[in-house]
Amino acid sequence: MPPETAKTISVEINGELYEREVDARRLLVHFIRDDLGLTGTHIGCDTGNCGACTIQFDGLAIKSCMMLAVQADGAKLGTVEGLAGDGALTPLQQSFSDHHALQCGYCTPGMLMSASYLLEQNPHPTEEEIRKALQGNICRCTGYVNIVEAVKAVGEAR
Amino acid sequence: MSTTTITTESGTVLEKGAIGQSIPRKEDKRLVQGQGVFFDDVRRHGTGYVHFVRSPYAHAKIVSIDVSAALALEGVYGTITGDEVAIHTDPFFEMSTPPGANIKDYALAVGKVRFQGEPVAAVCAATRELARDAAELVEVEYDPLDVLVDPEASAADEVVLHEEAGSNVVWSGVFDWGDVDQALAEADHVVKIKRLHFHRFSSTPLECSGALVEYQRGTGQWTLYCNHQMPGVGAIWMAPALRCGIDKLRFVTQDIGGAFGNKICLHPYYVVLCLLARKLGRPVQWTEWRTDQHMANAHGNERTFLDVEVAVRSDGTMTGFKVKALDDCGAFPRYEPLGCIIWAQVTPGCYAWRNIRVDFTQVCTNKAPVSPNRGYSRMQHLWLTERIIDIVAAELGLDPVEVRKRNYVKAEQMPYETPNGCVYDSGDYARSLDIALELIGYDGLEQRRKDAEARGKLLGFGIGSTLDSGTNNFGQSQMLNPDLQFSGNNEAATVKLDIFGEVVVTIGTVPQGQGHETTASQVVADIIGCSPEQVHVRPGYDTWFNSNVGLSGTYASQFAVTGLGAVKGASELLRDEMIKLAAFVLQAPEDQIELADGMARIKDGPEEAALPFMALGAIVNANNAFLPPDFNPTLNHRYVFRPYFGPVDLEQKMGKLTLTYASQIHACLVEIDPETGQTEIVDYAAVDDCGVRIHPQIVEGQVHGATAHAIGAALHEDFVYDEDGTLLTPNFYDYHVPHAMDMPPLKTGHVESPSPVSPLGAKGMGEGGGGGIHAVCAAIQDALRSAGAPIVYDSCNPSHRVWAMLQDAESTRALVEVTSR
Repeated sequence: MPPETAKTISVEINGELYEREVDARRLLVHFIRDDLGLTGTHIGCDTGNCGACTIQFDGLAIKSCMMLAVQADGAKLGTVEGLAGDGALTPLQQSFSDHHALQCGYCTPGMLMSASYLLEQNPHPTEEEIRKALQGNICRCTGYVNIVEAVKAVGEAR
Repeated sequence: MSTTTITTESGTVLEKGAIGQSIPRKEDKRLVQGQGVFFDDVRRHGTGYVHFVRSPYAHAKIVSIDVSAALALEGVYGTITGDEVAIHTDPFFEMSTPPGANIKDYALAVGKVRFQGEPVAAVCAATRELARDAAELVEVEYDPLDVLVDPEASAADEVVLHEEAGSNVVWSGVFDWGDVDQALAEADHVVKIKRLHFHRFSSTPLECSGALVEYQRGTGQWTLYCNHQMPGVGAIWMAPALRCGIDKLRFVTQDIGGAFGNKICLHPYYVVLCLLARKLGRPVQWTEWRTDQHMANAHGNERTFLDVEVAVRSDGTMTGFKVKALDDCGAFPRYEPLGCIIWAQVTPGCYAWRNIRVDFTQVCTNKAPVSPNRGYSRMQHLWLTERIIDIVAAELGLDPVEVRKRNYVKAEQMPYETPNGCVYDSGDYARSLDIALELIGYDGLEQRRKDAEARGKLLGFGIGSTLDSGTNNFGQSQMLNPDLQFSGNNEAATVKLDIFGEVVVTIGTVPQGQGHETTASQVVADIIGCSPEQVHVRPGYDTWFNSNVGLSGTYASQFAVTGLGAVKGASELLRDEMIKLAAFVLQAPEDQIELADGMARIKDGPEEAALPFMALGAIVNANNAFLPPDFNPTLNHRYVFRPYFGPVDLEQKMGKLTLTYASQIHACLVEIDPETGQTEIVDYAAVDDCGVRIHPQIVEGQVHGATAHAIGAALHEDFVYDEDGTLLTPNFYDYHVPHAMDMPPLKTGHVESPSPVSPLGAKGMGEGGGGGIHAVCAAIQDALRSAGAPIVYDSCNPSHRVWAMLQDAESTRALVEVTSR
């Protein structure tokens, strides 16, 4: 019998349950983007360096290009689409806009997921802690200046 | 931390209104929710995914290509090879005169490969993964050839990349203004610098390139959902190659994940996608992989400066210089011959030098093709001018601040005509420098040097003074090749008032993060009298918007001038017609009508004598029977903004090559660990002067971004090739771009010298001129003064190079020679 090359998985994303058959080799990020149409999660590299694909996986911020979709079977995921419920921006999303923490917006979903995770763990981070938490997310537009400011402002407003 | 110093020289154009305010960006709401639409987000039923088969060799003959195993794989829709491309397309047009003009550049390699990663075939299949698997099954037999990675060796023509051209030289020419021989003969000191090297890097936008292409058989029409940043020039390249009219190519973009010039030369890939879409009768999609982008898409120009001679008077005034510049454009010149002349927009840099000779040669090598990259071609030249200033200052014992101020073009000389006929429109470089020095606490420099020494560190101070020349005159392309039919510049926009009072704007520019929707809405709002929220600027670019011209796009630091100039022109046409219409309806003289708060009303008239925009829109679009036959308002206007440059003198290579000159004066302090060569930027200030700032927050964001690119380039980012032409930095592991922890705190300030020649007093400023590269190089050289005073000779100085200079200052000192009389 040939080896199994596809598997049916069930994943909860942003509170919604998805059950799909997926190629065993398919990356989690391609599953999220191409199979489920949640295109807010982006891809900026092929080596796990850029962080544009950062999502929440069972409460942890992870890079979804570094996992296979089948590994997410039974997991609870959160993507950028799930941050603002009915279109009302979260304080962090609003702060990104207020501080001009995004230009092209391509790294933004990953940045928001990493920064949200940081703020969950550490509600009042220092600049140093913010920079460390965003180490795994590359931005080519902003030089990080306003991103750090935006995250800091949310911590300070709490 | 970002500190903003407000140092406005004169007020913005309008006293109140949206212009000059940092209003919330229109783009943000969708982007922070992951609701942007980037090309890779576009889906079509039945799409085939494309993967390119790429050459592992830098230079080789293609003996054979066998696609049969790939085609046999279930789910593979089809393939294409260079031979098919050569049958179905013509080579792309070349900009250069011979020998470069004779190069044959096709969408896929034909007969031979000339750089590692060059596409030789493409496979299209049902999924991305399958396409990649199938590409592995394509058998290509190569016969390797000698590899050229050194531009000086390439210039010798012992191995020739393009046989049909007969030489590796693409273009060469001498630019000679003033009398540099006399300046050198009369100088008190002549400083000779044997060799300086500006390295290869690129802005590496986070979103890679790609497109989804559909072909409509009935009309012969292709639609490209893509991220080309200059679709006008893309179409000019592609249509003749595809043997179709330019109207058959519809480019559509919405959100683009950064471009920085690197998305101007996508036409070879897009032609392959067009051919596959037509051949296979289905939509085809290609998303470039990061490794492919690094290996094969777009690098910035690498330039070597040889035999520099600088004429210096005893008081530190420099009167000119001469240099041989050798530019390496990689395997194909494509956009590149333009780099041979575009530097001339900033010939003397920020300085009042009148005698300059540049002997310029561009050659091909077996490396990735280059393309425009933020600061395109001027950055390389400005690095030279800044290296000249700091090397001369160090060798003659002059103060780097004083020597700059002595040589800068002065504010009172503005507008200033350079020796090659360019006009610097406004600016105050000395004042900008003073602000930068204050921001980094220059007064305390010597104390900080001592503090650093006490900690075993070497502290260095450096300045980078640069210009971002914007709105280029394409007429300069004729200096390269007088037969080229490009000159001047223009951009288009449309503004209309729709049936329910919606103000709808389309623009010809192709934003990639610069906030064009927002700034366009500010301009429209102020002119027709409403709030920016009422103005709907269609996101992105669409050939079918009818708001584009031949070379539409976002490039060459020009949106604030050409893009907004077009928006302003169209808004004024709309405003005038709205006033006319309101005057007719309200039976009042036109000069008594004012547009404000989304209404047309009679000045000081009764409250009810007012028409909301909705009424005007409805009358023209749906309720127009009562309008007289000789009055036919459309409330729908297209305007093409065209700056006036006048003719270019091709013999003397003189003329107005750009319209505006934004300046960037950067200053920084670095600390170097002498044990390891590790360099840390400990203080950094950037002072920008781009005239009127339409949206100060966006301007400052561009300054931050340009600075980050420059710091990355100065300290880490380097496309390094080995002698076989293998790229050693093909991904973000090996090619280290700045992360959040790498960036120093940035302090920013600004001076506002309105441009007298641009429609809103604003200047393009997004490219930034590479100020950070020059400032960091200068600071490293200053830090190493006490360690044998090596000369910083390369624009990229990672720890290992700094360490090498610490170990052997002498060999770099041999690059410089001073003759005094």
